[in-house]
Amino acid sequence: MKLFEYEAKSILANYGIPTPRGELATNPNQAQEAASKLKPPFAVKAQVLVAGRGKAGGILFANSIGEVEEVAQKLLTMQIKGIPVKSVWIEEKIQIKKELYFGITTNRFNQSYVAIASAVGGMEIEEIATKAPEKIIKFPINPQHGFRSFHANQMARKMGYVGNQLSELGRIFERLYCVGMDYDVELIEMNPLVETVDGKFVAADARVILDDNALFRHQEYKKRLLEGESELTPQEIEATKNDLAYVKLDGDIGVIGNGAGLVMATLDTIQYYGGKPANFLDVGGGAPAEKIATALKIVLSDPRVKTLFINILGGITRCDEVARGILEAKAKIGTTKPMVIRLVGTNEDEGKRILTEAGVHVLESMEEAAQRAVEISKHGDK
Amino acid sequence: MGIIIDKNTRAIVQGITGTQGSFHTKLMLEYGTKIVAGVTPGKGKTQIYDVPVYDTVEEAQEKHSANASIIFVPAPFAADATLEALENGIKTIVIITEHIPIKDAVNVMARAKQANATIIGPNTPGIITPGESKLGIMPAHIFKPGNIGMVSRSGTLTYEIAAGLTRKNLGQSTCIGLGGDPITGLNFLDALRMFEQDPRTKAVVLIGEIGGNLEELAAEYIASEKYPKPVVAFIAGRSAPPGKRMGHAGAIVMGKAGTAESKIEKFKSAGVKVAEKPNDVPELLMKLVSS
Repeated sequence: MKLFEYEAKSILANYGIPTPRGELATNPNQAQEAASKLKPPFAVKAQVLVAGRGKAGGILFANSIGEVEEVAQKLLTMQIKGIPVKSVWIEEKIQIKKELYFGITTNRFNQSYVAIASAVGGMEIEEIATKAPEKIIKFPINPQHGFRSFHANQMARKMGYVGNQLSELGRIFERLYCVGMDYDVELIEMNPLVETVDGKFVAADARVILDDNALFRHQEYKKRLLEGESELTPQEIEATKNDLAYVKLDGDIGVIGNGAGLVMATLDTIQYYGGKPANFLDVGGGAPAEKIATALKIVLSDPRVKTLFINILGGITRCDEVARGILEAKAKIGTTKPMVIRLVGTNEDEGKRILTEAGVHVLESMEEAAQRAVEISKHGDK
Repeated sequence: MGIIIDKNTRAIVQGITGTQGSFHTKLMLEYGTKIVAGVTPGKGKTQIYDVPVYDTVEEAQEKHSANASIIFVPAPFAADATLEALENGIKTIVIITEHIPIKDAVNVMARAKQANATIIGPNTPGIITPGESKLGIMPAHIFKPGNIGMVSRSGTLTYEIAAGLTRKNLGQSTCIGLGGDPITGLNFLDALRMFEQDPRTKAVVLIGEIGGNLEELAAEYIASEKYPKPVVAFIAGRSAPPGKRMGHAGAIVMGKAGTAESKIEKFKSAGVKVAEKPNDVPELLMKLVSS
């Protein structure tokens, strides 16, 4: 789950990490009011959960309170990568001497968290990695020792700092690690972490992605994810509530399957035969009929879906349950959209019998079924 | 033979009284797996399918000295269950549970390393050495004993490919599901090393997916070590858009790293045959094994 910049910054501030003073606004009036509590000049930043906001024109500057109203108006009527801007964050502009990077994420190979720092910040960390790999400092964190202040100081030293500045940077790094652990993050970064003209350090931007699997320990965010504003589409919210994994894509073949790998391979096979999947939907293991029916409803609620491809390989999932779910959903939604069904595995014969008796044709091979779905999406069900 | 588990493996089931735990205990027993005890706190002195149930791993170990455990405990408690197994001397642990927080997984893996134990998972279908033992939830009938080693990050996709191999009479030595999470116990490299040492394994099927760089590292290892056994790979997620998590917590493309193209390219340059579709795997393998 991604956090908004203003959420991330308020957490950082609570942990004693310097951030620019700022306020949130959802309309130009509020923006003006917010600015009156701050010192000019101002940075006005669109609050959206997509990367590349700056390049898309989502950060504007203002010298006066009047100008803040103007640019807030502009941002709040804007869309960034298709996402409408619903709020802006107004903060005091900082005087930049140098942009740095510091973040914490996971390292699969070492099975640990890793702290990453660079004296070259401001761009995406991968861009830094490509352009100046020698400028990236990595420190794999031993979970049994944690990331101690001396580790942090060692990293600050490698970035070229000494004395007071080194110890202040070290303190900020160590604090960020504490945020990361307390909030169960998957990624946390300050980019840029700014060295100001007077030699202080300020987190000018902060990005936090929480570990979805740990949201049970952070109920307030789980609530925000499901009820409030989030990066999820209505279908994705409905799916999350029903414990289904759904991702919206831009094609016209609706896809339902069991198991993430199998569903991904199904999307790939559709593409291989020249079709375009409308979504990814994994019903997980052992889905009962009702869950299959919910999955169908969610996929069919996307108006772009022309045909539905259901690919089930039953292990714990029983084919007869899947068959009943399909018929239940068909009856409830009253859909006439053509369906291609591939159903093999546990209780396969029973599943096929149920569907065949209801006039629904079942295929055995994934390739054959994918080809058929692509054909229907292009030429209709003949 | 095969790797990690065989007919001598003696396992306990942690979380044996839950729906999944009891259902799969029955299936594992039917397959011939030696399940010597079960553990669920609060359910001691009961039995499930004639398997004695204890409140603690400690007591189960005193009476049965198992050498493996399979864990079905719900996510918030799974890390604790794993530590309990580790502290009681169990060296092979399969964590079926999905949705375990990253922080918990990181801590568990560090302790496992210290204890010199092998962890499979979390979020895995488990491991099977066909004809000998199965510690997992995979449908047994799609596997048959043979000499193809399989290692994968996914569940049903592995079944799809295993069933394809079995249909073409290509039996398996051992199939390992690494798990779909960002932090797992074993990785592709570990599995490749073990299959290299296993005399029964003649070729390896590696099933990867988008996200992370463990496939790339495996490809580098195959190239630099001149891996002595033929490898066929399949990578799921060619059509996945960046920034979207495709079901598995670990399956996400961020930037250029972790894309299917990057992985496929690495494998091809390491001389590994890469299948376009799951069903192409058996054919590619047959060419390699027969030649």
